Amino acid sequence: MAAAAQASAPVAVERERSSRRRRAPLRRRALPYALIAPALAVYGVFLLYPLGRAVQISFYDWDGLTLGTFTGLSNYVDVVADPALRAAFGHALVLIVFFSAVPTLIGLVLAAVLVRGRVRGLPVFRTVVFLPQVIAMVVVAVAWRRIYAPDGTLNTVLEGVGLGALTRTWLGDYATALPAVGVIGTWVSTGLVTVLLMAGMARVPDQLYEAASLDGAGGVRAFFAITLPAVRGEITVALTLTIIAALKTFDLVYVTTGGGPGTSTTVPSYEVYRRAFELGQVGSAAAVGIVLTLLIFVINLGVNRIGERGER
Amino acid sequence: MSATAERAANYVVLAVLSLFALGPIVIILAEAFGPQGLSGTGAFHPENFATAWTQGRFGDYMATSVVVALIVVSLATVLSVLSGYAFGTMTFRGSTALFYLFLAGIMVPTEAFIVPLFFDLRTVGLTNTVWGIAMPQVAQSVAFGTYWMRTYFRSADRSIIEAAQLDGAGTLRLLWSVLVPVARPAIVTLVLLTFMWTWNEFLIPLVMSPNGQLRTAPLGLAFFQGQYTQGTTLLAAAAVLVALPVVVVYLFLQRHFIRGMLDGAVRE
Repeated sequence: MAAAAQASAPVAVERERSSRRRRAPLRRRALPYALIAPALAVYGVFLLYPLGRAVQISFYDWDGLTLGTFTGLSNYVDVVADPALRAAFGHALVLIVFFSAVPTLIGLVLAAVLVRGRVRGLPVFRTVVFLPQVIAMVVVAVAWRRIYAPDGTLNTVLEGVGLGALTRTWLGDYATALPAVGVIGTWVSTGLVTVLLMAGMARVPDQLYEAASLDGAGGVRAFFAITLPAVRGEITVALTLTIIAALKTFDLVYVTTGGGPGTSTTVPSYEVYRRAFELGQVGSAAAVGIVLTLLIFVINLGVNRIGERGER
Repeated sequence: MSATAERAANYVVLAVLSLFALGPIVIILAEAFGPQGLSGTGAFHPENFATAWTQGRFGDYMATSVVVALIVVSLATVLSVLSGYAFGTMTFRGSTALFYLFLAGIMVPTEAFIVPLFFDLRTVGLTNTVWGIAMPQVAQSVAFGTYWMRTYFRSADRSIIEAAQLDGAGTLRLLWSVLVPVARPAIVTLVLLTFMWTWNEFLIPLVMSPNGQLRTAPLGLAFFQGQYTQGTTLLAAAAVLVALPVVVVYLFLQRHFIRGMLDGAVRE
């Protein structure tokens, strides 16, 4: 139909073109900005502007009701000096180990085994291990609370195998609450990391492994010499994704422990919420949020920089 | 190690990791279908879902979630296609800087801007409305969506784009009638990811509806847990209901989810 229209009206099109040619440049120059404008407006009003306001508020001592007083960098000093905040960031580091380091190590081994060995059923496996990623964190938290409950699955299993002495209220015990929350993160991340690494390893040509085995390299040597360098990019992505997920943990802590027992499981995200909306320390909350943002940017850039350097 | 032993070991690895992933899901499902309280008998009680639905007011919560998801997905998709099209196919002054501005939004955590946003939206009367819950999520989704659609349009067939650009006046019409149909797989992935993120979001609806009148489904679940501490069966049933919409869509269109979440993470 378009071709027919073109053929039947060349003169009309030509005339229209020439009359438009004078206006076209300005119009064409404005077009990309017009296309971006609506997205930028929403993004600016509901994200960038409040982000700027957060920077501003972070320099004030403000309870959210009365007029704030300017306190300079004191809210930022508190991030380091206040034991409660320092502890929250410390907990985030522990969670990074569970959300990021452990799944990446498990994922590397599993993906290497699964990609090299010819097994059937990989698509189904992929669907299953990816499932934790799509389930709402609140639902995940509810499920794991049942597992960790005094009469929950974990204690029942322990008693069943004669380890009744180990049973406890996993989320209510100072010693186990934080690792227990961490294990939930391991559960959520491992599938994603494994699937990601498998995709990377599947691209390594078989001839490389054949050549290595002709040279007498065993499976472990081949893993370090061939597999690991080949999936450096995927490892970078896996670490970035999971570290950020660990730093942004909020709903999981909110639903499983509420930061307790005591303050043994509070994390920066939870402190932002608690300080802003429960304790009336809005300035401090804003400062924690800004520090969290800077951390995420630095880690993102840092991990990617390391990943790129390794590729050269 | 013989080939059969190696293969057997591989299947053991597959089975163990699958069990680890499925375990908590099976536990919550078994509990949701189980008998209520100590006096109950039998292992199959689908009526738990109806009870949880009415007792926990999940009809209201689900309705709120659906409305919020509709607003976020439709607005964010349209705005992202438009801006992604500009970034992906046109050269203009400031395009790099503007694009990095959007890219930064993918990394900014909700925690960084939610506090001032709450006070500002309260001043203009948008808290306790679906718009207060939806618009911050539109902003976040637009940051990712712009990046996602730009990547698609950059890799798309140049001849189609050139045809679309040939005549300035027809650009928008050609975008809708030529490029959008071709870009459908990328747009479907974007829609699914945005839907999942919006449905599962917790912090924004928690903060933006302080009086508790508007609760999305995950928020309703957290509240339900606080209220009915003794009824673990109904809590489990409610949890299954909240997870179900995304899980069902995932099971049917899982390729989109997996590819989207893996590709979306890979920065250029």
